[in-house]
Amino acid sequence: MGIKTSNEKFFDRVEKGINDSFMRKAVVEAQGRLEGRKTQTTEELGNWEDWRDLAEEIRQHTLENLDYYLEQFVENVSNQGGHVFFAETAEEANEYITSVVKDKKAKNIIKSKSMVTEEIGMNGALEEIGCNVVESDLGEWILQLDDHDPPSHIVVPALHKNKEQIRDTFKVKRQYDKSSDPTELALFAREQLRKDFLAAEVGITGCNFAVAESGSITLVTNEGNARMSTTLPKTQITVMGMERIVPTWKELDILVSMLCRSAVGQKLTSYITGLTAAKEEGDVDGPEEFHVVIIDNGRSKILGTKFQSTLQCIRCAACINVCPVYRHVGGHSYGSIYPGPIGAVLTPLLEGYDDYKELPYASTLCAACTEACPVKIPLHELLIEHRKDIVEEAGKTSFAEKLAMKGYAFAMSNPGVYRIGSKAAPSVIGPIAKGGEGKGPGPVKLWTQIRDLPEPTGESFRKWFEGRDKKGDKS
Amino acid sequence: MTKGTVQNKDKFLNKIAKRLGRERRNSGVKLPEWAKLPQYEVFKDFSQDELMEQFINHCKNIHTSVKVTKKESLKETFHEAISDLGGKSIVYWNDDRFRYYGLTDALYEARAHHNIDVHCWNPQLGEENVKVAEKANIGITFADISLAESGTVVLFSNADKGRSVSLLPRTYLAIIPKSTLVPRMTQATEKIHKMASDLGRMPSCINFISGPSNSADIELRLVVGVHGPVQAIYIVIEDE
Repeated sequence: MGIKTSNEKFFDRVEKGINDSFMRKAVVEAQGRLEGRKTQTTEELGNWEDWRDLAEEIRQHTLENLDYYLEQFVENVSNQGGHVFFAETAEEANEYITSVVKDKKAKNIIKSKSMVTEEIGMNGALEEIGCNVVESDLGEWILQLDDHDPPSHIVVPALHKNKEQIRDTFKVKRQYDKSSDPTELALFAREQLRKDFLAAEVGITGCNFAVAESGSITLVTNEGNARMSTTLPKTQITVMGMERIVPTWKELDILVSMLCRSAVGQKLTSYITGLTAAKEEGDVDGPEEFHVVIIDNGRSKILGTKFQSTLQCIRCAACINVCPVYRHVGGHSYGSIYPGPIGAVLTPLLEGYDDYKELPYASTLCAACTEACPVKIPLHELLIEHRKDIVEEAGKTSFAEKLAMKGYAFAMSNPGVYRIGSKAAPSVIGPIAKGGEGKGPGPVKLWTQIRDLPEPTGESFRKWFEGRDKKGDKS
Repeated sequence: MTKGTVQNKDKFLNKIAKRLGRERRNSGVKLPEWAKLPQYEVFKDFSQDELMEQFINHCKNIHTSVKVTKKESLKETFHEAISDLGGKSIVYWNDDRFRYYGLTDALYEARAHHNIDVHCWNPQLGEENVKVAEKANIGITFADISLAESGTVVLFSNADKGRSVSLLPRTYLAIIPKSTLVPRMTQATEKIHKMASDLGRMPSCINFISGPSNSADIELRLVVGVHGPVQAIYIVIEDE
């Protein structure tokens, strides 16, 4: 599939999202529940800010020494018989993965959920050589059966579908004849996928965190599909983004704890599985051969830039679960497998602005994402940085202005988005309200080139607007 | 052991170093003293009894019932758990603790008097073990470490302790000596960190298991029981 999920134009995608009432209701509910659970488990700790500080410090230290920790990791993997392939591009990665699969003469591949394999379009590459690739995460399986419908959330990929739609997909594709009760649907998936697990010659997984000191990889799941994919097939291939690494098991503790709490409000998910190379001699189950493919695919471009903190991301989706824009437009509007605030920051970095120049404007800069992030990525500030770069890059044409106005119009035409965003306005706009210098994010920058923004005095624009009739202030 | 292959390492890592604006780092990187260590505050100075109370409380949230028993009454509790899980067929680890706690006898009784198929994981039988586990109704293991905060059992796999036992059967029963309880993941990963630095070779698979498998992928509604076990019971033995 690759990062890109749609060829439609941004505003057409948004239009579709806004008119999809089921999806919007589902997103509102999901955000409420996921955020609620997260708040509960983080408040229980009593010192969540200390946890965030520690997690941030760990991620920063690891990125600053990324070459060192990756080298330590691969040394430990290969010393224990595992094979490592460093892939700079998606093509290189897919070439290696397909060569391993061909070498094993494998036809049946079982996969557990992995964003990075989506990112490199691995399934397509394997299907091209005649493999049957089966997604085993329940959400991903549903999307795969439904003619490869793209994911709309990085933790709950089929969030935009209701149970009746899922029942119908099962019915058409797998002759399912029971109800739309989620328990019955899941039981059916269990029965169907058991056969695929048992038949698979190769299991492919992502990697939540690699551990440098022992050459281990860890998988964080609830369904048990990642365990199945690494217990039954004879060959295991793990695909990891190059930044998904921690120095030792002690730091793993912190980041796994942050991930589980931030993603789904669990203290730990049902399964945290640490795997070190292939099975040991004498072991009965587990793979005989272990490969890890470490992916750059544009990540190294981010290192050493003002966007480096983006690579701290642990893919928990906490930013998505609080985002007022995501709430209104849904995941597909972003046109990327990485939606929401993190997607709006990361996608243009990996893929360039050509197809994704609107994403940094799909934000109210309310900073809820930055506050939610367990590893303290300053997401809304990075969105402003993107806007600056876009305007600079496009300075020679009138493109920036058009885009800026479009982006502004987008927020203005969605009162919900605007309302939530504007609560934060005084703190965001305050320092840039003075005109003449052309400062400020997006449309504001263009505006302040020629005039002053009314300086917020703690009163939000909406409040002022509501009150202005009474004051007789109609200028 | 034959060393595995590593391809494209230098080109890849040199590029990273260059982007970071410095020479490649092959040595001399030390972990900083982290400014904050909140993980040690959780259940700090709790007694084993207090940890057990936390553990049991949290298990209510993860759809797992806990039976607490003394060593003397373990056999009875064990039979009760097997019957709660529906009996029929059992696969369990080849682990000395089953003998030590008298559970091998209990399993013998289950086979002799309750017509339950009982299979002890036996590396000599190879793949046959996996086939048996796949058909079994109950998988039984001991916990190597247990975490009070999250209701978790930590399992280290090896030849006698197959990964499949806690995964493939329809239900799962974990036996937890109270002495294995620690506050949280922190104490378990410290132990694993020590294994990594002292032994060099880790167990090929370490599982942190918290209750039965589940999913909320359909309309965010919780379904208990997906690919792993659909039901789980813990027995805590008061062994101190």
